[in-house]
Amino acid sequence: MQTHVQIHDLNVFYGKTQALKNISLDIPRNQITVIIGPSGCGKSTLLKSINRFVELSIETRISGEVLVDGEDIYAPSIDVTDIRKKIGLLAQQPFPLPMSIYDNVAYGLRIHNMHKQRNLDDLVKHYLEQAGLWDEVKDRLHTPATRLSIGQRQRLCLARGIAVEPEIILGDEPTSALDPISAQHIEKRLLDLKQQYTVVLVTHILRQAKRLADYVVFMYMGELVEHGPAAEIFENPQEMRTRAYLQGEF
Amino acid sequence: MKNFDNKKKNLDNTLKQRRYFIDFLGGKLFLITTGLPFLVVIIMIIVLFIRTLPILSAKPLVDLLFGHVWLPLQGEFGFYPFLIGTLWVTLLAMIIAVPPCLLNAIYLSEYAHPTIRAFLKPLLDLLAGIPSVIYGVWGMITIVPWVQTITPDLGKWFGIEITNPTGYGILSGGIVLAVMVAPVIISVAYEVMESVSHGFRQASLAVGATKWQTVKFAVLPNAMPGIIAGIVLGFSRAFGETMAVLMVVGNVAKVPNNILDPAYPLTALIANNYGEMMSIPLYDAALMGASLLLLIVVLFFNLIAAFFLQNALKQTL
Amino acid sequence: MKKLFTQRNIEEIIFRILMTLSFLLVAGGLGAILWTIVIKGLPALNLDMITQVPQGGYYLGKKGGILNAIMGSLYLAGGGTILAFIISLPIVLGLNVYAKNSRWAFTVRLALDIMWGIPSIVFGAFGFIVMLALGLRASLLAGILILCLLELPILTRTMDEFIRMMPSELEETSFALGSTKYETALYVIVRQILPGMATAILLAFGRGIGDAASVLFTAGYTDRIPSSILEPAASLPLAVFFQLGTPYPEVQQRAYASALILTAIVLFISLLSRWLSGRLGRFAIK
Repeated sequence: MQTHVQIHDLNVFYGKTQALKNISLDIPRNQITVIIGPSGCGKSTLLKSINRFVELSIETRISGEVLVDGEDIYAPSIDVTDIRKKIGLLAQQPFPLPMSIYDNVAYGLRIHNMHKQRNLDDLVKHYLEQAGLWDEVKDRLHTPATRLSIGQRQRLCLARGIAVEPEIILGDEPTSALDPISAQHIEKRLLDLKQQYTVVLVTHILRQAKRLADYVVFMYMGELVEHGPAAEIFENPQEMRTRAYLQGEF
Repeated sequence: MKNFDNKKKNLDNTLKQRRYFIDFLGGKLFLITTGLPFLVVIIMIIVLFIRTLPILSAKPLVDLLFGHVWLPLQGEFGFYPFLIGTLWVTLLAMIIAVPPCLLNAIYLSEYAHPTIRAFLKPLLDLLAGIPSVIYGVWGMITIVPWVQTITPDLGKWFGIEITNPTGYGILSGGIVLAVMVAPVIISVAYEVMESVSHGFRQASLAVGATKWQTVKFAVLPNAMPGIIAGIVLGFSRAFGETMAVLMVVGNVAKVPNNILDPAYPLTALIANNYGEMMSIPLYDAALMGASLLLLIVVLFFNLIAAFFLQNALKQTL
Repeated sequence: MKKLFTQRNIEEIIFRILMTLSFLLVAGGLGAILWTIVIKGLPALNLDMITQVPQGGYYLGKKGGILNAIMGSLYLAGGGTILAFIISLPIVLGLNVYAKNSRWAFTVRLALDIMWGIPSIVFGAFGFIVMLALGLRASLLAGILILCLLELPILTRTMDEFIRMMPSELEETSFALGSTKYETALYVIVRQILPGMATAILLAFGRGIGDAASVLFTAGYTDRIPSSILEPAASLPLAVFFQLGTPYPEVQQRAYASALILTAIVLFISLLSRWLSGRLGRFAIK
C-alpha cells in the first residue's frame, strides 16, 4: 500500500473553537478512504483541509502539515489553484455553474488552458462518459445545466471535477442530497474511479461506508480516534468509542 | 356546580366569539389598508393625466415631444430640449457611475475583509441618506469650478467649440448625479452578489479557478438580473432627481451639442416654473404633462427592476 | 511553483487594481462631500444661525438665523413621519399576517416599490394641483401630507423586510398556542419588529427632512416659525437653496452653514438609528 496524502499534527481553529486536534494520518493511493463519525466531529473540516477549502472560512487558523506526494500544500511557495486542480471536490449539494452542460465540463479545462492540446469535444465526451452521464445528455449538451435533475447534476459536477485530471477526489457526503437511485449511480462511479484516483469520502451513512471503504477513519469531537483497513475497523474495532458508534449508540 | 360550568362555558364562548370577531374585523381592516399604496399611484396618474388633457387636446403629441421651441407666452410647448437634457445628464451619470460601482460591489462582496465590510455597509446607507440639496451644494462648490478649469483643455483635446465656459452644464450634472446614485447601485448589486450561494463559488474554486475567474464565471452570471435591477433603479433615481441637478446643470432651454453645454432637465423645468404656471394658458397643463411623463418613465423602469429582481431571487437554489 | 505571470494571474491583478481604484474613487467622492460641507459651513456657523429667525434684511446680509427653517423642517418631517407610521402599520401587518405570500401581497409590494421610486418633484406637483383644486394655500399641513406620501413606502417596506427576515417558527408558535392572526400580529410580530420600526421611522424622517422638491410646492417658505398647521413653513433644504441663490457672499456663507446643519441632523439620525436598532434588538429572536 502506497501513501498518497500524509497529514502531520494538523490543527484547525475556527476563531476560538478547535475543529481538528493533532490529526496525523496517511491516506492510501488508489483506494477509497472513508471518514466517519457523528455530526460535528470535524470530518468535513479534515476533508476540506486537503484541498485548502478550510481557509475560505473567516478567521481560520491552521497548523501542521498536509503533504500530497510529499509536498506540503500549505507551503508559501505553493499556488493554491494548482492544489485544487490536483485535488477535485464533490460537494454535498451539486452546484452546476450558470452555463451549459458542455461548458460546465469544459470550465476547468479552459481556465487551466488545457484544451489546446486535444480536441475539447472529445475531452468533454470522455469525462461525461466517465461520470456516467453521456448517454443522458449527449443530445442537449448546450442547454443550461440547471435543467438537469439533481442526480444528473451531481454526476455533472463529478465530470467537471475529473476533467482537470486530478489525482485525488474528495467527496463531502456527495450522495446526501440525492435520491437512492442517483446515490447508487454515484457510488458505482466512485468504485470505478478508484482505479485511477485516490478517493476520500466523508459520509454519515454507515452502510455506505461499509459498501465503499477500503480504508476507514473514525473521528470524534475533532480527534482522530481510530483508522485502518476497512475490514479491521468494521470487524474488530479497538476503541470503545468506535465500537459504540458502529453499534449505533450515538 | 353545573350552573357554574355552564356559565363558564358561556363566558368562554362569548370570549371566543369576540376574539374571532376582532380577528375578522382586524383582518379586513388591515387588508383594506394594503390597497392604499396601489390607490395612491393610480390616483396620481389619473389626476396628472386629467390636468394634462388640455394641452394634449390642443396640440398633437408629436409636436409636444419633438418640438424644439419653448415659448409658453406664445403658446409654444416643445419638450424636446428638456427631454434631451434629462437623457444626456442621466446617461452620462450612468456611464460614469456604473463601472466603478460594479467593481465596488464585487470588491465588497468577494474581496473585502469582513471588518471593512462591516464598516462600509452602514457608510453606504449613510451616504444614501444625504439630502440631494447637499449634493447640489457640493457640486456648486467643487465640481462646477473644476469643470470650468478643464473646459478649455477638454475643448482642445476633443476639438469641441466651447460655447459655455461657466462649468455649469451636463458634465457637472452627470458627475454630481453619478456620485448620488452610487450608493443605490452599489447596495443593490452587493446584496444580490452576496445572496449567490457559496456553493457556486466553491464549485469554481474546487477545480482550481482563481478568485477573479470565480467571480466572472460563477458569481456574476448568477447575480446578473439583480445587477441589472440595481442599474435600472439607479437610472430611475437619476432620471427623477431635481435639486442636485437643478443647481449645477445650467438650465438653458436649448438642445445641447456636447457634454460641456448646459441643459435643462424636465425636473428643473417643473421646479423653476411652477410659480407662474397658473398665469399663462396651457402652461400648467404642460408642466403637469412633464410630471406625468416623469412618473410614467420611472414607473416603467421600476417595473423592469422588479421583474429582474424577482428573477434574481428565483435563481438562487 | 507559483506562476506569477500567467494570463489569468495578470487578469486577477488588473482587476484587483481596478477595484481598489474604484473603491478609492467612490469613498473619496463621498468623503469629499462631507469634507467640503464641513470646511465651508463651519466658519459661517454661529449661535445666531440656530437660535434666531431671519431679521429684516437678512437676505441682504443683515442679522438673523435660520431657526424658522430648522423648526419648519422638524415640524414637516415629524408630522409626515408620524402620519406615515400610523398608516404604514396596518399595511405592514395586513401584508405579512393576512395577505402573506399571495399575489395580492406581491402587487402591494410592487406598488410600494414604485411609490418609493416616484421622484419627489412629481409628488410636489401632484400635491400642488390637489391643493389648488381644494382651494388650499401652501401650508404646513399640505407639506406634512405630501411628505407622508413620500415616506409611506419607505416606512412600510423597511418594516416589511424586517418581518420577512423573522423566522416563520415564531409565528407558528403563536398559532400553536391558539392565537388568532390578529393577536399574533399585535402581540408577537409588533414586538419582534421594534428595532425595525425604529430604523424605519428614522430612515423615513431623514428622507423627509432632506427633501426639497416636494415641500417647495406644498409648504412654501416663510421667515416665521409656523404657529398653526395652516400657515406656510420654511424648510432647511430650501433655506440652503434660496440663500445660495442670492448674489451676496455673506448670505451664501450662511447657505453653507445651513447645509452643514442639515447634514449634521441627517447624520445624527442615521447614527441614532444604528444605535437604537442595536439596543432594541436585544429582545428580538434572530
